[in-house]
Order: sequence, then structure tokens, then C-alpha cells
Amino acid sequence: MSPIRWLRAHLVVIAGVITLAYLILPNAVVLVFSFNKPKSRFNYTWNHFSTDAWQHPCDVAGMCGSLTLSLRIAVLATVGATVLGTLTAFALARYRFRGRAATNMLIFLPMAMPEVVMGASLGTLFLNMRIRFGFWTILIAHIMFCLSFVVTAVKARVMSMDPRLEQAAQDLYATPAQTFLRITLPLAAPGIAAGALLSFALSFDDYIITSFNAGNSVTFPMYVWGSAQRGTPVQVNVIGTAMFVIAVLLVLAGQLIGRRGRRRVRG
Amino acid sequence: MTAATAPATDPAPPPAPAPLPAALKKAVRRRRLVPYLLLLAGVAWLLVFFAAPMVYQASTSVQTGTLEDGFKVTWHFATYWDALHAYWPHFLRSLAYAGIATVLCLVIGYPLAYTIAFRAGRWRNLVLILVIAPFFTSFLIRTLAWETILADQGPVVTFLNGIHLLDVTSWLGVTQGDRVLATPLAVVCGLTYNFLPFMILPLYTSLERVDGRLHEASGDLYATPFTTFRKVTFPLSMPGVVAGTLLTFIPASGDYINAELLGSTNQQMIGNVIESQFLRVLDYPTAAALSFILMAVILGIVTLYIRRAGTEELV
Repeated sequence: MSPIRWLRAHLVVIAGVITLAYLILPNAVVLVFSFNKPKSRFNYTWNHFSTDAWQHPCDVAGMCGSLTLSLRIAVLATVGATVLGTLTAFALARYRFRGRAATNMLIFLPMAMPEVVMGASLGTLFLNMRIRFGFWTILIAHIMFCLSFVVTAVKARVMSMDPRLEQAAQDLYATPAQTFLRITLPLAAPGIAAGALLSFALSFDDYIITSFNAGNSVTFPMYVWGSAQRGTPVQVNVIGTAMFVIAVLLVLAGQLIGRRGRRRVRG
Repeated sequence: MTAATAPATDPAPPPAPAPLPAALKKAVRRRRLVPYLLLLAGVAWLLVFFAAPMVYQASTSVQTGTLEDGFKVTWHFATYWDALHAYWPHFLRSLAYAGIATVLCLVIGYPLAYTIAFRAGRWRNLVLILVIAPFFTSFLIRTLAWETILADQGPVVTFLNGIHLLDVTSWLGVTQGDRVLATPLAVVCGLTYNFLPFMILPLYTSLERVDGRLHEASGDLYATPFTTFRKVTFPLSMPGVVAGTLLTFIPASGDYINAELLGSTNQQMIGNVIESQFLRVLDYPTAAALSFILMAVILGIVTLYIRRAGTEELV
């Protein structure tokens, strides 16, 4: 095949690969610059190779504290949003009741609203009720904006589940509790896991809504934002790279477990 | 796991309606309560921390007063007019940047979504992971990385300068001199980058549902690949296009992070104004009025767009 014809046949794939490179390029830059020893406070230009930042990730004032705060909030927000969201999703997917359409709308709106509007509104409310900004206000806000995503993920899964499986369990004399724990919950688990994973990522990464509800507390994204003005320490690149690697490993592990699970069910 | 894989038998025929005994009636009534009990916590959370703040924000937007004396509802609708009068360039800029970024996301994202859906084969899962993975790294860190990539003496700017492309973009007014940072181009580049996954994933989901045999059928009927795409694939992926554009346009028009980190004061979007009115100027009524104008504008555009795109599958 002539090169021109090959190029034409694979044009779409080539464009796709370029897009993929565009998506990953910043991560590559973050990785490379995590091994830099910058000349000044600003880590923009390559100076020379060093593993200092990897050996002493917590050597910068405030960074690891903010990281811990973000992790605590992300864990609690994930638990809260997943529990509330799963209950809501079951109600919406399994029951016909008055107010169902209105509830669906209420779930949809937070996802279709610019974050700056949601953040400013909730901030105004807290301000006026004289509630002190800090850990709890951040947590409340995070559960609020993660909730809809969990509901959507779980609802999609529950709707695609075959209700006859639960009927079969009942026919085989399973109690409602047994049916729920051994049939319903395992079947819904991938949706719940996806919702929880998404919540964690959204909560851990949120800057806009958090900045309106944090007061003097500093989460990790807020730390990164603040550091952008004074010169971001190399350690931020280390954390960014570590997050990327951990995320990829987690997703890969999830895929492998999912594949093994499917094989077991089929076999 | 045998129970889960047992072949499903035909569902039993519906029982004939018979008068319900009292105990069963009670059970039915209790069952009717179940969805409300399940909903209670989640809906209450959203009503208190999402809906109520919106209503309260509406009242804030018509209040006047100072931070020292407190704010009172005086039905001062002029705040809206004043806010619009003072910040209409920011609104226009936000819509323009978000619109351009959305179109770019569609143009750039479509080939990748198409590749994953039809051409990736056994690499599909890996490519999907690579699309989602940047999501899990702090997007602020990645946006800051664009500062490095687009830096004044960096390889990208040197290259673009070398092929005299920056002269063209300067002439068009999207860059300034031999800089890319602190120009509209940098902000749109950041927005496009940050919201690209939100475009790719819905596109992929809807393309995945397209039956590959339709492509073959179209080819058998002597359609060129381009005609197949225009007449078969693209129309079938419309739900993904609509969902992707909304998921990109709405957050992008309210974003202020890209404008702040990659732009200068000349590229500020409406999000920057709301943020500074709220957190620095402490003019809550103006911030509230700007939020509502932004919401109204977005709602208007989205409604028009959905009507034009003609898809009901939204939620």
C-alpha cells in the first residue's frame, strides 16, 4: 500500500492518537518536572535531574496537611454521597411514585449548573446563617455535588438489572434480606463502585465550590492554587504524578477483577 | 453463582384482581411508603444545600446594604441592570470562549471516540483508561503544566514562532506578539483540554451503540466513507453529541480557573467576576445577580440548542 493510501485509511486513528497525546501531555510534563531541581522558586524550566522531591515529599510547609484534609473530606464525602445516592437511586429505579419526575429534575440540576453559581449560593447561605466556614461546610458542599453523580451511576445499573433474578431468589425461599444481600447488592455493586469512585475523584479535585465554602481551611487544590502565585514547589508534581499512577493502577486492578468475575459467572 | 445464571423462566401470568384482605392492604400501604423513605435523606440534602441556597441567592440579588450594616431585601432590581451594564463584555467573552472550546472538543474528541468505538479492538479498555486517568490527577496541577508547555521560551512557542504561525494568530488577535500565555488562545486551549473527556465519554457511549453492520450496509450501497459518516454514523451519534456539548459548554462558561491561570486580566470570564465580587469585593448582591444572569443565559442557549438538535434523550 502506498504511504498516502495508508495515511488516508488510518486518518481517523491517527487523529485519535494525537488527541490521546494531547490529553496525556500535561501528565507527562508533570512527571518530568517532578524530577527537576529548579533554579528559582518557579519550576517552569528544566535545570537538572534530582530525586529530592520524591525523597522528601512533605518538606514544604502546609502541603501535606492540605493533602490530608482533602483525603479526609474525600473519604467522608464519598461514603455520605454513596449511601444517600444509592438509596435515592433505588427509589427512582424501582418505584413509581408521586413526585418522581420532580425528584429526577432535582437530581439533574446540580450536574447542569455551573460550579461557580452553586458554590456562591451555598456560600451565601452559610454566611447568612452565620455558620462557620471550615471542615463541615466543605464536607456538606462536597456531598451535595457528588450526590447526583452517584444517583445517575447507580440508577443506570439498577435499571439494567433483570428483576426476574430477584423473583427467582424469592421463589427459592430467600428472605427479603437474603435476596437483597446476595442478589440485589452484588448486581448493583459495579454501579455503586463507579459512583463512589467518581465521588472520590470529584471531591478530591474540586476547587471552585470548595473555595466558596472553605473559610480558612486549605484543601489540596486550594494549596496548589495558592502556590501558583508564589511558585509551585516540585513536591506538587510528585503528588500529581503519584495520583496519576495510583489511579491508573486502581482502574487496571478494577478491570482485571471485573474480567475474572465475569469469567466466573459465565463458567 | 448458579442462581444468577439460571435461565429465566416465563413470568407468571398476572393474578386476577381479588378483594384484598385488611392485613395485605396495610402491607401495600406500607410498601407505598418505601420509595419516600429511601428518598428522604438524599432529597432533603439537595433541598437544603442546593435548592434552598438558590432561592436564598435570588433574594440576595435584590438586597441592598453594606457589609457593616447588613443587607436587606429592598427589591432593588437595578443591581441586575448595573451588573449587566458593567460586565457584559465578560459574559460575551465567557460564551465565546466556552463555545469555541466546545466546538474544538467536538472536532478533536470525535476521532478519538470513533477510534475507541470501532478501531481500537483489544486496546479499547486501555485507551478508555488513558482518557479517564487524567481525570484522577488534580486538574489544577495539569492546568499549571500548560504554563510550562506554553511558556514564552518553551519548545511550543519557539516552534510556532519558527513557522510564523504566531504572526498569523497575532494578526487574528488571539495571541499577542510572540507570546501564547496570557492570550485568548491559551485560555481556550486550557478549556478545551480540561473539558475534552466530558465530550469524549458521551460520544463514545453513543457510538458504541451504533451497529457496525450499518457501515458495511452503507458501503455496499456505494456510499463513500465520508458519506457513510455524514448520513449514518453522525446522525446516530447525535445523543452523544448533544450530551457532550452540554457537559462541555455549561461548565466551561462558568469556569474561571483557566482564565486565571493561563490568561491575563484581558481574558477574564464571568466566573472570575463572580468569584472576586463574592470573595474579595464582598458585594454579595452583585455576585448573586451575576450568577442568575449567567444561569438564565445558559438556560436560554441550552433550550434553543436542544430544540434545534431535536433530541429528547437528555436526562
